[in-house]
Amino acid sequence: MKSDIILSGVGGQGILSIAATIGTAALQSGLYMKQSEVHGMSQRGGDVSSNMRISDKPIASDLIPKGKADVIISVEPMEALRYISYLKPDGWLITNSKPFNNIPNYPDIEEIYKEIKKVKNHIIVDADAIAKELKSIRSSNIVMLGAASPYIDMDYESFKKALKTIFGAKGQDIVDKNILALDKGREFTLSQK
Amino acid sequence: MDKLLLLGDEAIGQAAIDAGLSGVYAYPGTPSTEITEYIQKNKVAKEKGIHSEWAANEKTAMEAAIGMSYAGKRSMVCMKHVGLNVAADAFMNSAITGVNGGMLVVVADDPSMHSSQNEQDSRYFADFALIPILEPSNQQEAYDMIYDGFELSEKFNTPILVRITTRLAHSRAGILRKSPKEENKNSLPTNLKQFVLLPSIARKNYKVLIGNQVHFEKASEESTYNKYIDGKDKSLGIIAAGISYNYLLENYEDGNVPYPVVKIGQYPLPSDMIRKLYEECDEILILEDGYPFIENKMTGVLGDKKIKGRLTGDLPRDGELNPNHVAVALGLEKAKEDYVAEVIAPRPPALCPGCGHTDVFLALNEVMADYGPGRVFSDIGCYTLAALPPLNAINTCVDMGASIPMAKGAADAGMKHVVAFIGDSTFTHSGMTGLLDCVYEKTPITVIISDNDTTGMTGGQASHAEHVLHQICKGLGVEEEHIRSFIPLRKNHDEAVKILKEEIEYEGVSVIIPHRECVRTLERKNKMKIKAKKIN
Repeated sequence: MKSDIILSGVGGQGILSIAATIGTAALQSGLYMKQSEVHGMSQRGGDVSSNMRISDKPIASDLIPKGKADVIISVEPMEALRYISYLKPDGWLITNSKPFNNIPNYPDIEEIYKEIKKVKNHIIVDADAIAKELKSIRSSNIVMLGAASPYIDMDYESFKKALKTIFGAKGQDIVDKNILALDKGREFTLSQK
Repeated sequence: MDKLLLLGDEAIGQAAIDAGLSGVYAYPGTPSTEITEYIQKNKVAKEKGIHSEWAANEKTAMEAAIGMSYAGKRSMVCMKHVGLNVAADAFMNSAITGVNGGMLVVVADDPSMHSSQNEQDSRYFADFALIPILEPSNQQEAYDMIYDGFELSEKFNTPILVRITTRLAHSRAGILRKSPKEENKNSLPTNLKQFVLLPSIARKNYKVLIGNQVHFEKASEESTYNKYIDGKDKSLGIIAAGISYNYLLENYEDGNVPYPVVKIGQYPLPSDMIRKLYEECDEILILEDGYPFIENKMTGVLGDKKIKGRLTGDLPRDGELNPNHVAVALGLEKAKEDYVAEVIAPRPPALCPGCGHTDVFLALNEVMADYGPGRVFSDIGCYTLAALPPLNAINTCVDMGASIPMAKGAADAGMKHVVAFIGDSTFTHSGMTGLLDCVYEKTPITVIISDNDTTGMTGGQASHAEHVLHQICKGLGVEEEHIRSFIPLRKNHDEAVKILKEEIEYEGVSVIIPHRECVRTLERKNKMKIKAKKIN
């Protein structure tokens, strides 16, 4: 198996929490992984991305080649479009619908949705609304991971196990909330089929 | 032992601890920062008392590392590529002194300038100093090279430069550790004059270093990090250095490259291996991240039509390499521009909401409107982002500490009402000597040291300037009544404007120290307090 995933968003939105969950799941499943992150200047509210590669064979490049990503997971709709050249023709674009507007010239959101809908396989999910409904607004990123999970070639249970590992120290309540967020995200995508 | 999931930087930190390190010396700089941070946080390193406090700058870091090596222990000094410019004096001369305890100089280059002002290639520096280089292709190799590097350093009595790039530094992979080694015991150099670089001694040491070149090269020929990997198709031979080797493998199913490849991980270049490749193959393609260092060495002034790389346009001349560049150079695909939908707006980094620097700039912009544009000389830090809209507040950013001497130079040229804008950590890194020049000549200049109690841009490391800025400025001879301060908050805007105006009008050296903690470090401290409360 192989899953090449691009994570995108805005510096400070915490895309690395998604990366950490997938990474932990991969390692616990005995898979190879490489995950390239952005540190430094760009983290100050600029656009950020992370290349996440999972495979049952050793991985060469830290970077995903253009047109080869299986999935793009974006926690912000405009940022979902920035790396579209990296998505393979039948790859999936999974994005949060909620814009993060920290620039003066943020485009019309309808125009962005229109552009996203040009991508053959796309899921637009209001992760913030789902997280809010669960009274756990901070787990919106995990909702996104849940929404993307049907398109990541890994055992779904391994994500739950990873969440237990990552949030275990914070108590069962936080673990449960995140697992629920993961389930709700997944349910949303499966209901779109 | 289980694999650890580590960033390339963290793998280097872990390897150094396992290799019997006694001290790491560094000043924060992307993409090298996490090496030292890892050692600072590591439990074993703490228990063993491995030195890991930040240094004031890369030069003091390098000098302390040389001192630790003198005392017989293993030391490591870490920096970003431009940090090596700061440390260059100590670095170049450490090649002449040689080492006692093993010493590794880890330099993280930043091709594509993700967080830097240039993309200089540190391999040139090691070549200049005549010392060996280790250049890992992946995180595991980074671990292994550091683990073995100290011994290599001790064996050849030389510091060794370990060159990494941003991509390797900031990418995570599973790392297999080796068994921990004991630290060296204190010991004096056998020759007590080894580190005395009087010309008469330096000349001898230099001859020794020159004589060692042949041993360094032999070590490269025999190194497990340099490999000749045969291939059936001799129409092309490939030299792949460091991380570019991965981009090559990425382009072939299961990494089965049909051409002969020389994988480079240790320098000086293994010339026998390279000559064999050159003689066997019709053409040579050189893959290297950064400058065309190997390509230049091979083609020189006269050029060689057989050799392709970054100089011939087969690969881009600048910027970070990636698998697609390599695919294009191999003729496997055509170059294409990224598709970016028109609707997408750029999202540059910006100062954080609530940042104290912003309040200083808002006041400064109001004051400078009266004097005309182009008078604010700035420096390296978060506040450099004020060059961009909406603030458009600064006019220069060249190197650490340059703001003050550049403003001085402009004042010397007759420019009036010049301002230097620098952060607290950058000031103690390289700003103090520039200020002393101004005091010495009574230069009409206003220096703003925007103090946020931290080294902010690299993620909030401790700043040597904390609580001592006023004292330092006074000690350097700035007149007490012209060392001013205010708290940069919107509600203090009028006071800030008044102070700035008064001092810019003063025809001598003024220092203004706006002081408010970085919002990010404050946020982190508050979170920790809440956490501590919950535990109690």
